[in-house]
Amino acid sequence: MNWLFEPFQYEFMIRALVVCVLIGFTNGFLGAFVVLRRLALMADALSHSLLPGLAVAAIFVGLSPGGLMIGGLIAAAIVAVGGQMIARSSRIKDETAIASLYIIAFAIGIVLIRYARVRVDLDGFLFGNILGVADSDLITSFAISVVILLGLMALHRPLLVALFEPSVARTQGIPVTALLAALILMIVLAMLSSLQAVGVLLSLGLLILPAATMYLLSDSYQLLSWGAAALGVIGAVAGLILSYWANIPSGPAIVMVLGTGFILAYLFSPKYGVIAKSLRPRHMHEESLRRWPKK
Amino acid sequence: MGKRIGCRRHHDPGKGATLSHHLIVSDLTVSFNRIPAIHHLSLTLPCSSCVGLLGPNGAGKTTLLKAIAGLLPIETGSIEFKGHSVIGAHRPGKSIAYVPQREAVDWDFPITVRGLVEMGRYPALGMWRPFGSADREIVDQALEIMDLKDFALRQISALSGGQQQRAFLARAWAQQSDIYLLDEPSTGLDQNARAALTRVLHHLRAEGKLVIASHHELKDVPELFDQVVILNGELVASGATSTAFTPQTVDRAFQTRVFSGSHDHHASGGHS
Repeated sequence: MNWLFEPFQYEFMIRALVVCVLIGFTNGFLGAFVVLRRLALMADALSHSLLPGLAVAAIFVGLSPGGLMIGGLIAAAIVAVGGQMIARSSRIKDETAIASLYIIAFAIGIVLIRYARVRVDLDGFLFGNILGVADSDLITSFAISVVILLGLMALHRPLLVALFEPSVARTQGIPVTALLAALILMIVLAMLSSLQAVGVLLSLGLLILPAATMYLLSDSYQLLSWGAAALGVIGAVAGLILSYWANIPSGPAIVMVLGTGFILAYLFSPKYGVIAKSLRPRHMHEESLRRWPKK
Repeated sequence: MGKRIGCRRHHDPGKGATLSHHLIVSDLTVSFNRIPAIHHLSLTLPCSSCVGLLGPNGAGKTTLLKAIAGLLPIETGSIEFKGHSVIGAHRPGKSIAYVPQREAVDWDFPITVRGLVEMGRYPALGMWRPFGSADREIVDQALEIMDLKDFALRQISALSGGQQQRAFLARAWAQQSDIYLLDEPSTGLDQNARAALTRVLHHLRAEGKLVIASHHELKDVPELFDQVVILNGELVASGATSTAFTPQTVDRAFQTRVFSGSHDHHASGGHS
């Protein structure tokens, strides 16, 4: 078991471990809702659009977590709301509008980051550097995790109805648009919390991959979110250990571990895996017809 | 059980006792893109009945259902149930259940039949109240009534079309709805599934519920519905099937275009 414990004799590795557990759990849990609402591409857009906000924050207030958070939130909000505005006021469809805006934002971010007061490592922003986790990052991650998890637990019933059938949710008086906005806000917060560990570009993997894996493994939304949270923790911690031993950056290591899980589920899931599906002819309908005349 | 849960629960001393058991639509106009799809429609539908909504394509059947469900803004008129408006500030909430058309549902959603029916309890539970044994009992009852006990643990895509529809009716039951709105429920169902659907709809009627279903298969009408509403942009006829469902009224709805039969017609600029 030495391979497991040796990395954690260093304080920075313990801090990294705590962050991995926090962001793995929170991103995984939240990812379930992202997958259910098919918001993965939206999340991708948001992750890219964080960059100019982070750059502006770095220019004016340096690298404090609070400043980065506010900068990132504003930039993501501009892209999300701006995309909607373009889609509604022109013939451009919304995914084209959002994609156009986020890629513009991303380009601006790359340029702006050169003007930061402090020397900023662009690679660190893009791909993460978990070994540089400071106490303030820890506190930020913890606070964001608490907000997101409490929010999701409080809202999970209306949110599920809204995700499953927006129109029925509206008839029940559920504020569907506000809930979606809250969900998008949580996505941005979760990405900011995983910024230090996996960076802007790879934060999507931590959000989507555990839930995508569980989507292939389960028929219940409770299992989807809790299972994705557990997978997120396992993947983040395993990725961290891999990055230590293989001497590779933590972000790609975490995403590769989670990606392996996803591919395995795609192939070998007992119910929804491609192999199981190809072996089992599906005759659900005939079967139910046979069972049907009960009188 | 009987009719205890039905529309009869409510007694509003301010209103006439009979009217409080009715869904009252008065002078209703609902538009798509500023073109009225239904036009100054007035109707009174009693509880404990199965109402067939008939008319050609584009007659406004879906529009009327959605308006009652509170899914479309209404331009003129009002819809009242139990003496309360069902739109605007007073959302229909749990008393009106809209069963979506099959194409409108994400069948891959990771939810079992039981989980779907449990969703019907959410409005009553709010955010935090735990799912209790009373809720479980209502869910069991809903599965029983809709003949879904054997399928309770199936994921919703692993059901036949008729079962899927009954799963949504079961959820509406768990929500303790009084009004059930169905959009073309028998489309795509085979003979057995249709018979089962008829059985459960009549069961709901016997429990004092109001079932409103749009429908296009005219020959099933007398067997399925005790009330009909015949539409063609505006009301052609409504009332008991035996009196309102006549060759004359059907002809009027399907052959003459009282208002206008198709949206394409409007879209191509034909509206004057």
